[in-house]
Amino acid sequence: MKAQPRRVACVRDLSIEILGHASRRLAVNSVSFDVHAGETVCIVGESGSGKSMIAHALIGLLPTHGIRLCAGQVFLGDTEVTALPEESLRRLRGSAVGMIFQEPMTALNPLMTVGQQIDEVFRAHTSLRQAERAARVVELLADVQIPDPARAASAYPFQISGGQRQRVMIAMALALEPRLLIADEPTTALDVTTQAQILTLIHQLQQSRGIGVLFITHDFGVVADIADRVLVMQQGRCVEAGSVSSVLGSPSHVYTRKLIAAVPVMCTSPEGAVPVPQVKPLLQVDALCKRFTSRGGRTTAALDNVSLCVDSGETVGVVGESGSGKSTLGKVVVGLLQPDSGSVTFDHLNTVGLSRKRLGPIRQQIQMVFQDPYASLNPRHRVGDIIAAGPMSAGLGRDAAFDRAEKLVRIVGLPGSCLSRFPHQFSGGQRQRLSIARALAMQPRLLVADEAVSALDVSVQAQVLALLREVRQEFGLSMLFITHDLRVASSLCDRIVVMHAGRIVEQGPAWSVCGAPREQYTRKLIASVPGQSLETGPLAAGNTFPTGTLNAHDN
Amino acid sequence: MRALFSRFIRTRGGAIGLLIFLAVIVMAVSAPWIFPISPWEITGAPFEPPLSEHLLLGSDMLGRDIAAGIAHGAYASLLIGVVSAAVALAFGITLGAISGYAGGWIDQTLMGFLELFQTIPSFVLAVVLVAIFNPSIVAIVSAIAIVSWPPIARLVRAEVLSVRSREYVQAAWLTGRSNAAIVFKEILPNTLSPIVVSGSMLVATAILLESALSFLGLGDPNVMSWGYIIGASRTVMRQAWWMSVFPGLAIVLTVLAINLIGEALNDALNPHLRPVEEAI
Repeated sequence: MKAQPRRVACVRDLSIEILGHASRRLAVNSVSFDVHAGETVCIVGESGSGKSMIAHALIGLLPTHGIRLCAGQVFLGDTEVTALPEESLRRLRGSAVGMIFQEPMTALNPLMTVGQQIDEVFRAHTSLRQAERAARVVELLADVQIPDPARAASAYPFQISGGQRQRVMIAMALALEPRLLIADEPTTALDVTTQAQILTLIHQLQQSRGIGVLFITHDFGVVADIADRVLVMQQGRCVEAGSVSSVLGSPSHVYTRKLIAAVPVMCTSPEGAVPVPQVKPLLQVDALCKRFTSRGGRTTAALDNVSLCVDSGETVGVVGESGSGKSTLGKVVVGLLQPDSGSVTFDHLNTVGLSRKRLGPIRQQIQMVFQDPYASLNPRHRVGDIIAAGPMSAGLGRDAAFDRAEKLVRIVGLPGSCLSRFPHQFSGGQRQRLSIARALAMQPRLLVADEAVSALDVSVQAQVLALLREVRQEFGLSMLFITHDLRVASSLCDRIVVMHAGRIVEQGPAWSVCGAPREQYTRKLIASVPGQSLETGPLAAGNTFPTGTLNAHDN
Repeated sequence: MRALFSRFIRTRGGAIGLLIFLAVIVMAVSAPWIFPISPWEITGAPFEPPLSEHLLLGSDMLGRDIAAGIAHGAYASLLIGVVSAAVALAFGITLGAISGYAGGWIDQTLMGFLELFQTIPSFVLAVVLVAIFNPSIVAIVSAIAIVSWPPIARLVRAEVLSVRSREYVQAAWLTGRSNAAIVFKEILPNTLSPIVVSGSMLVATAILLESALSFLGLGDPNVMSWGYIIGASRTVMRQAWWMSVFPGLAIVLTVLAINLIGEALNDALNPHLRPVEEAI
């Protein structure tokens, strides 16, 4: 046993109360844990479990209204945060603790260059001269492995990719060499490959600088990759805590087991894959091309000669990173975008270039489920109106349309009474169910799901995927399932199409694409999938992070 | 709706604004009973200061009752303010919605037409328009509406542009809803809050515009209005302060009340300022 390393953060019996009428009184209910130098502690839980609240309490950023820290103590190093006045707290932030957030776009000021924003940290906290500061900025950007750091320093946030923005956030958080880094769902908004790179980076920085990391996530796959110790939170309580090998290897609490089971497992063998009988293709996409011209005059090919087909009753997954053209493909198939060339044949009819009137009922047989459960339902309409509006405009009577809506709402697992409620009264997962009900109300034959589960917590994701499997069976649907996550695609799809930079790289049965990839790019995607140690059986003691399996270039 | 009202009333400014505004409406409606004699009639000696016999707020240089003028003028100011704001809103919302939803050449044409109006200072345009028409209530309302719709159209266009790309609008399109249904049922209700707020501000600016026109002597000669009283008495302001101060106060209070209402509506409609309910 080594000597106990230095304690960088300590939370003792922390309770945080929500004032006013909330669903529960205590957002955080007597939680205790330590973070030591050189280790990564993961707080895992679904949204609303109070995990972010703990992070905010650590850095003294709890909102001043509506929330009260009612019991417990929070220490950073040896300083008690809860007793500090605002001014000393300000000095502590940055120097003792750095924080990175989920959304790297909104966390950076769009009107300042990356270099200026990092420079600001030095100006606020140190007395370095300008030349020294500039040198430190470039050095930091090099530390977080941004290619060409000098140039990146003079770039604006919108000029760099999401993964690089997150790197900049990390650079800012580490600028004053704090002993603790808090990462609040830092990779949730990123696609799988970028996520893997950011996780590698955080791990490497933690090793080289010997800092403590408090990592907040809802994904046990990520936990398996990065954590030394784990805290599982449910409804504000810590239900299980321990080393990563004990929690993942032999979870004692039911909730922990449920969360681990929710992580989609990549299916790599033909067993269990039901061969779809070869029937006539329902959707045939042929030599589709679509170019976008940006304001600077640069054209990018979002679709470059893309051909694929979806048979009746088949589910085809389209997998790729952001910018691979997979969403453009979905939009062209449903008719929200017109392609430059190529054809989309649905049930023997080429839909490209036909007006909405000419297409008539054919158009309604292709429906879409969108990514963002908070943007895909009109906040001003009741759920019943949202679901019944489509069938009514197709000529169904009001009563019949509402009957159908009620039936569908029950099928997607919600009570019939929810028809008279508004979307904001539902959680993200429930909204996604409603979104599916709306699409089904048109009695479609093809469902295009564009990142339909990417914005959901892993546990909710598993439920929505199960629902999609059910309705596919019940309505004999074909599905085009667009996602950045190979795990999800392999658990749902019959065939998988891998896209990169507007082209199809590889396609085949799901198990063979995941189990025996032929292309280099597919292998890279598979290597990025978090939590692979979860699948290969009980975890070996200690951390099994695949350091160095990925190079760090985001673009 | 009830929740909206209770949020509105809870902002102190909104309650005060609503109270003043209701008082002005009551004054406008009850003017014929409180002051049965026409405000144009001479009822006493000229240049009587406030609180003299029968003349609460004094008389003007012809001996007309200032208080009667203010009470009767409230009717003209409110009517012109509300009607011209309503006309400007109707016009601005329609053009803005068409422009934002259709896009392409329709958008460019409409925006070009709109810029034509925005390049001319609005007050000068209003003066020219009233000078061309005969000075009547209808002419003044039209002039004010014509100079006030462009900002509304721009606002609605920008809002529609942002809402149009939301996923629920795409979903409505995919389920085969008509363009009219998409614009009126899906898009416009979600742009309502900024429109309601700027609409209420529009009433305030319309009242100011009407006062300014009447001050210049361009108002309807048969309608007593606050701007007219100030304009008529401006030459004797140093000898008889009450002739311009009281109608001026009436304008300030009414415009202030409407602005307070607009502010409170803005807060009440803004979901981010709602009390914490399920925000964990």
